[in-house]
Amino acid sequence: MPTATAQVPDQLGRFGPFGRRFVPETLMHALDQLTEEYERAKADPEFQEQLEGLLHTYVGRPSPLYFAERLTKEARGAQIYLKREDLNHTGAHKINNTVGQTLLTLRMGKQRVIAETGAGQHGVATATACARFGLDCVVYMGEEDIRRQQLNVFNMRTMGAEVRPVTSGSRTLRDAVNEAMRDWMASVENTHYILGSVVGPHPFPMIVRDFQAVIGREARQQCLDTVGRLPDEVIACVGGGSNSAGMFYPFIEDEGVALTGVEAGGRSDQPGDHASPLSYGQPGILHGSYSYVLQDDDGQTLDVHSISAGLDYPGVGPEHSYWKDTGRVCYTTCSDDDALATFQKMARLEGILPAIESSHAVSQALKAAANRSPDDVILVCLSGRGDKDVKEVARLTGQVL
Amino acid sequence: MAELTPISNTFATLRAENRLAFMPFVTAGDPDLAMTQDLIRGLSDAGVHLIEVGFPYSDPIADGPVIQASYTRALGGGVTVDGILKAVAEVNTDETPLLAMVSYAIVFRHGVEKFIADAKAAGFAGFIIPDLPGAEAAECFELVRSQGLDLVQLVAPTTPRERVQEILKSCSGFVYCVAVAGTTGERANVADALLDQLRWLREETDLPLAVGFGISKPEHVDPLRQVADGVIIGSGIVRQLEPTSDGQLDRNGAMQAIADLTTKMVNATSGS
Repeated sequence: MPTATAQVPDQLGRFGPFGRRFVPETLMHALDQLTEEYERAKADPEFQEQLEGLLHTYVGRPSPLYFAERLTKEARGAQIYLKREDLNHTGAHKINNTVGQTLLTLRMGKQRVIAETGAGQHGVATATACARFGLDCVVYMGEEDIRRQQLNVFNMRTMGAEVRPVTSGSRTLRDAVNEAMRDWMASVENTHYILGSVVGPHPFPMIVRDFQAVIGREARQQCLDTVGRLPDEVIACVGGGSNSAGMFYPFIEDEGVALTGVEAGGRSDQPGDHASPLSYGQPGILHGSYSYVLQDDDGQTLDVHSISAGLDYPGVGPEHSYWKDTGRVCYTTCSDDDALATFQKMARLEGILPAIESSHAVSQALKAAANRSPDDVILVCLSGRGDKDVKEVARLTGQVL
Repeated sequence: MAELTPISNTFATLRAENRLAFMPFVTAGDPDLAMTQDLIRGLSDAGVHLIEVGFPYSDPIADGPVIQASYTRALGGGVTVDGILKAVAEVNTDETPLLAMVSYAIVFRHGVEKFIADAKAAGFAGFIIPDLPGAEAAECFELVRSQGLDLVQLVAPTTPRERVQEILKSCSGFVYCVAVAGTTGERANVADALLDQLRWLREETDLPLAVGFGISKPEHVDPLRQVADGVIIGSGIVRQLEPTSDGQLDRNGAMQAIADLTTKMVNATSGS
């Protein structure tokens, strides 16, 4: 495959061969409408101004780029900088996308929003943006995830969202996506589906990437301003791949910048023990898109495991598959144990409780830094804060809350 | 003119007799493949005109809760694509063309060409791939046609008329007209919007029009008589295979209930 460019996807939603639209005909018209409306919004200075204003005064952007001095000392190598998405309103990068898509919903004149959520971060970010604009909001969430993430469920309901438990299949994120798509097929005339990651049929992978690219644009400029040059490496965790797509995209054509995505390595490299489709899967179809996926020989989606509910997904955004096959981004994994250890290290060395998702990226940054010179600079996307994970961390480390 | 495919032939015969086609749907492997074989034989003997065989898929976004639950039961029982093809090959239904209703995730994983060839060898006459819409199906359509089989496309209530010709480019056998926006399931009435859509679809194509998603009983047939060529029942049949609260399935009872519905539907679609 040729070199990766930022000029993707094409009209058909293709990132190289990946992406496209594998959905029932019922959704095709809505996807066409959404594509057109998004193109108009993108070219509309008023829309962009409104979005920037909200990102500034409501979300709290720009998020700082922070030099992690003690983490750097610990690694004994390259300098580690953290892009602090954990400091956003609602505590993660997810709000960048939901604010943008909520403005799109208003443009399309729709009054109702649906969303899927796994760990609950995207659900909370959607409920938040809907509350801000007075839109009806229904969040689909697997019964199993509802049990694990009671705090986020409470927050969503407090902001007026209806959380609908999903009891089909594995009762987790991928089933929540199925249910949200089903709802959308019956409600598409008055409802917008705010998909939370760079997955699904075109134009979602493009829209979510674009709304998240503010992370990489800011980080790139902040690095130029503080370090005086571009970083040597940029690292982010990859579940569906939204924070990493947003972080990497503005660097795609900066050839000297190495890009590393970190998947959930879970317990082992055996099927069912991890959530790493780019590392251990193969190209296939899931949730309306052609991308790397964890499937059995019959094309049935495999169950996945990760310590992090936010990375616990058997598929990945098609642009990541494109970046993998072009060699532009290197993908690796981080185990549950390493992520947990890094969570604790971050708390003690930097006074930051990172999301367990983001801990995967920091863990890899420590390894990468150790193999680099002290003159090198690594940027890590700290995609969210870890308050939501303390109960699980306490359980895993044998402590009582 | 090319030789008629088995599916086109069935519709041509019915059209000449001024009858509608009745096409039931069964999930392969629910509760097991032996029962699926019995059902295919039974439905064929009862005089249905075509049969859709659903390939269970783990993430079926195009299907409603009844069929998804049935897929989950079948996959829980360990059904595989090879198992389905073998079971279907053992059932002789020369009289009744079989269609594979299968997600593109499964077709792609097996290799599109190989899947089509294997399905043909097992006796399938055509394919419905609900997540391979419009132009996305162009390549697959060529491969299916080169095997002398049909690829049926869906037209939804949300499909704008200007999109229909693009869909028809990759469609043969018949057009699967989705009666309601949303996923498969049973509904109370046949909507006026559907009848309008069928009328303008008729102006766009000579292909037979079969209506599914939301069709569940003989009363649904009459309003469609002048505007459609066939009706499809999925959930209405599949729900007969739901186990009772004690987890058991009364196989004979289920077969009887399906036979009763089938007889009524065959009479309704054949009646004048």
